[in-house]
Amino acid sequence: MSEQSRKLVVSTTADQTEARLSLLGDWRIDDGLLNGEQLRQQLAPAPSWQRLVVDGDQLGRWDSSLMSMLRELRNLCQELNVELELASLPQGVLRLMQLADSYPTRNTDKSTKPKLSLFERIGKNVQSSLRNLDYILDFLGHLTMALVRLVKGQARYRSEDVRLFLQDAGPGSFKIVALISLLVGVILAFVGAVQLRQFGAEIYVASLVGLGMGREMGAMMTAIIMAGRTGAAYAAQIGSMQVNEEVDALKTMGLSDVEFLVLPRVTAMLIMLPLLTIFSIAMGILGGALVSSLMLDIGWLLYIKQMSDTVALYHYAIGLAKSILFALVIVMSGCIHGLNCGRSATAVGKATTLAVVHAIVAIIVVDSVVTILLTVLGL
Amino acid sequence: MSQSHIEVNNLTMAYGPMVVQRDLNFTINRGDIFVIMGGSGCGKSTLMKHLIGLNRPAQGEVLFAGKSLWHIDEQERRNLLRRFGITYQAGALLSSLTLGENVALPLQQFTPLKPSEIDDLVRYKLALVGLEPYQHFMPSEISGGMRKRAALARAIALDPEVLFFDEPSAGLDPISARLLDDLILELRDSLGATIVIVTHELASIFAIGDNSVFLDPETKTQLATGDPKQLLASCELPQIQRFLTRGERQAPTGSITS
Ligand SMILES: Nc1ncnc2c1ncn2[C@@H]1O[C@H](COP(=O)(O)OP(=O)(O)OP(=O)(O)O)[C@@H](O)[C@H]1O
Ligand SMILES: [Mg+2]
Repeated sequence: MSEQSRKLVVSTTADQTEARLSLLGDWRIDDGLLNGEQLRQQLAPAPSWQRLVVDGDQLGRWDSSLMSMLRELRNLCQELNVELELASLPQGVLRLMQLADSYPTRNTDKSTKPKLSLFERIGKNVQSSLRNLDYILDFLGHLTMALVRLVKGQARYRSEDVRLFLQDAGPGSFKIVALISLLVGVILAFVGAVQLRQFGAEIYVASLVGLGMGREMGAMMTAIIMAGRTGAAYAAQIGSMQVNEEVDALKTMGLSDVEFLVLPRVTAMLIMLPLLTIFSIAMGILGGALVSSLMLDIGWLLYIKQMSDTVALYHYAIGLAKSILFALVIVMSGCIHGLNCGRSATAVGKATTLAVVHAIVAIIVVDSVVTILLTVLGL
Repeated sequence: MSQSHIEVNNLTMAYGPMVVQRDLNFTINRGDIFVIMGGSGCGKSTLMKHLIGLNRPAQGEVLFAGKSLWHIDEQERRNLLRRFGITYQAGALLSSLTLGENVALPLQQFTPLKPSEIDDLVRYKLALVGLEPYQHFMPSEISGGMRKRAALARAIALDPEVLFFDEPSAGLDPISARLLDDLILELRDSLGATIVIVTHELASIFAIGDNSVFLDPETKTQLATGDPKQLLASCELPQIQRFLTRGERQAPTGSITS
């Protein structure tokens, strides 16, 4: 059989009430589909018809492109109240048509989403923000209860999990925290040195690095690294457990999701983030010392002495206190996004991204609020 | 014996504005094997989630021995849930734990048993579903059907009062499916457990079902409840006849295809 491209030929009877649609040639998906618009054009005079007979005697090879056209045709005929006669088509075509129709159609409410006006959308957004706030407070409440139960020794979780999370959050993050903190110390010292040298006050580089790392950068850089590393991992772990119905299984086993999943992670972070912060401060100070001794000819001892003379210990304490807040922020962001994750792989990706973004934003907001408060208090 | 265990009163289930099923009314008796039937997507898994208190009814209520899971305090609720054993459609084993640890989890959390005793019990429960050799495998290292069986082993770890199964035999070969039916009957007879099971397997439905409810996706409500064998013998509804005979028997009034 020679290859012939597809064609539709329409012929009508004299009184215009009956039409004949002849299907010619090969109907193959490689030639693309005939869309509804094209079909409508071909059948422009259809409104006056009462009956449309489809003639498939000269039909060549056919595949789904024909089926798609016929379904379109049927919808069109239903719309225009034209009776459609398909009997002369190959048996296979008729059987496939019947099969596609044999499932009951259901109204799934998905196709009929109403368009919302601007005010409705604003209202909906406000509503959902309030719901989120409500959820966060609710979560905080559950978390507090869980911590109380932990202290009382009544909480149900696997102690093995705590060990794993400690291992992962602590030693697992050592290298990256070391590298970043060292570099931040170097940058602080370097930027400071360039300015201070103009006044011959190079020695104050030590104070700058001590204050900067101890009070601000140590806690903040560590928190941001851990939000990207561990917070994201928490959201992904819990999110994929949600997808897999594992969280449901836990709940219906009589275990609390907050106790079993969140508590070990909170514990691990609350212990590890302050420790990492101390480590980070030390590394930053080391970075500063390197710059001072190599670039400014300030000896290590002098550097340390200047730092301890000018930077009081409470500045470091403030940094540590902040790291505890940051730990809570990171775990909450990771766990809340994980627990509220939808039930698909895309949802896990989205939960992970949001967990990191929200954690970083919250870290910076918390940091600013603390800084403002402390300034007002004069510390 | 026919004492009511779970009562469903005027239950309407919905996801947001989308109603899945409405006006469900049935009673599950103690010691019965109760089958939830219906076409794909009609809301069987959703109904199970309502029965076990994961989803909150849009209307109506589900009562366990007269109590609703939504009107009791957290502690009482957890105690009640602990007496349930549940297997989910996809297994829902904790993916970070081995099969053995999965089965051991409820035992560690809720019994005062020693680790060696727990280990013995775990191996016994896994042996019941034919998975003893796989105790140290991770869920990702076994097949879908095996995961289902492992989930069953975890569900029966605490000798539950009520066992829920979502399509336990889908994905199993005929012989394993048959063994599973035997196991379910055995669990009912030995533990006196009430069993609620979502299944499409006609053979199982007739072999083990004492009572059932049939959900219809089109009218979005239950069409019939009763012993499946009796439904087959005497129910006139075309949808039910078609379902119970794999579409072979058309009801006298049926007009399905033109
Ligand atoms: N999480 C969800 N959010 C929104 N709609 C859902 C959700 N889960 C299920 N549905 C909808 O509820 C309906 C019933 O789903 P359900 O999973 O209960 O069906 P089922 O009877 O168990 O089907 P199957 O036999 O295929 O497992 C479906 O139409 C589905 O679209
Ligand atoms: Mg289901």
